[in-house]
Amino acid sequence: MALSNEQLERYSRHIILSEVGAKGQKKILDSKVLIIGAGGLGAPAALYLAAAGVGTIGIADADEVDLSNLQRQVIHTTPDVGKAKVLSAQETMNAINPQITVNTYRQFVDASNIMDLIADYDFILDGTDNFPAKFLINDACVLAKKPFSHAGIIRFKGQLMTYVPDKGPCYRCVFREPPPPDAVPTCRQAGVIGAMGGVIGSLQAMEAIKYIIGKGDLLTGYLLTYDALKMDFRKVKLPKVSNCAVCGDSPSILKPFDYEQAVCKV
Amino acid sequence: MADYTIDETVDITDVVCPVTFVKAKVALEELEDGQVLSIRLNDGEPVQNVPRSIKEEGHQILKLIDNGDGTYNLVVKRITLEDQT
Repeated sequence: MALSNEQLERYSRHIILSEVGAKGQKKILDSKVLIIGAGGLGAPAALYLAAAGVGTIGIADADEVDLSNLQRQVIHTTPDVGKAKVLSAQETMNAINPQITVNTYRQFVDASNIMDLIADYDFILDGTDNFPAKFLINDACVLAKKPFSHAGIIRFKGQLMTYVPDKGPCYRCVFREPPPPDAVPTCRQAGVIGAMGGVIGSLQAMEAIKYIIGKGDLLTGYLLTYDALKMDFRKVKLPKVSNCAVCGDSPSILKPFDYEQAVCKV
Repeated sequence: MADYTIDETVDITDVVCPVTFVKAKVALEELEDGQVLSIRLNDGEPVQNVPRSIKEEGHQILKLIDNGDGTYNLVVKRITLEDQT
């Protein structure tokens, strides 16, 4: 389908890029991206993906907007406090770009629902804030052969990597098992600088866009770490682990499962 | 007599800069290498800028025809660019 004059104008800064063009923009318009977590990472990622014209964006989160979220979760505003995060996020995305479809999933993502949730999407963004969810998303995406972007942020640090089926290691190749509950503080306990979500969540959106248009090199086989205080980006090469429990040669994980959630004591 | 055949036409008089160039570029993208596009564009800024931008993209300008009604027809041959896949 030809792009309308309005679409040519809205996306002109994309279309004018030789790596994107009308073909690439049409790929973006036809794409479906699922964002799990409408928080510090999901908020900026959702804003950029909506603005870019990703035709269908799914957003999953069970929480309501809290006043303490607004320091970093830039898709929500002060009048949204108390509202379901997915609805607040949907309103903002549709205000930016009324031409896209936003599907909301107001639920905790767990082993019982994740396979159905990711089935319809081309690319998944992990914007969660805990290890059980990160391993669950990894395992489900590996099993369903879905590419995804992992990211995590805490204090003044952030990291991300991209998994593409049959290309490079998965999150479990690198981290094997979640740490024991409470061995690592959550960002609720430890704090996080608000702009960190903007940096890392925007990089996740960038990975999604590059995957969709099929241009450039993704962070497959690499972990990018960012230390804001030292202003240091490091790109660490990661080997694929042949005995990985989920993506290895003889995997023991054949369906997604839930780890116990750490109880937050704050 | 013209030594070319027009394969496709596009009218960019209904949009303003920078969408004029974007619309022309998109129409060129959809052609095959060597095909010819006739672009109807307005006098003024479009006729000053669009031909230059198209030339910068590597396409070949064959002719600019003054329609005498404040519009022009710019005839362009598509040249395949590097990294256009």
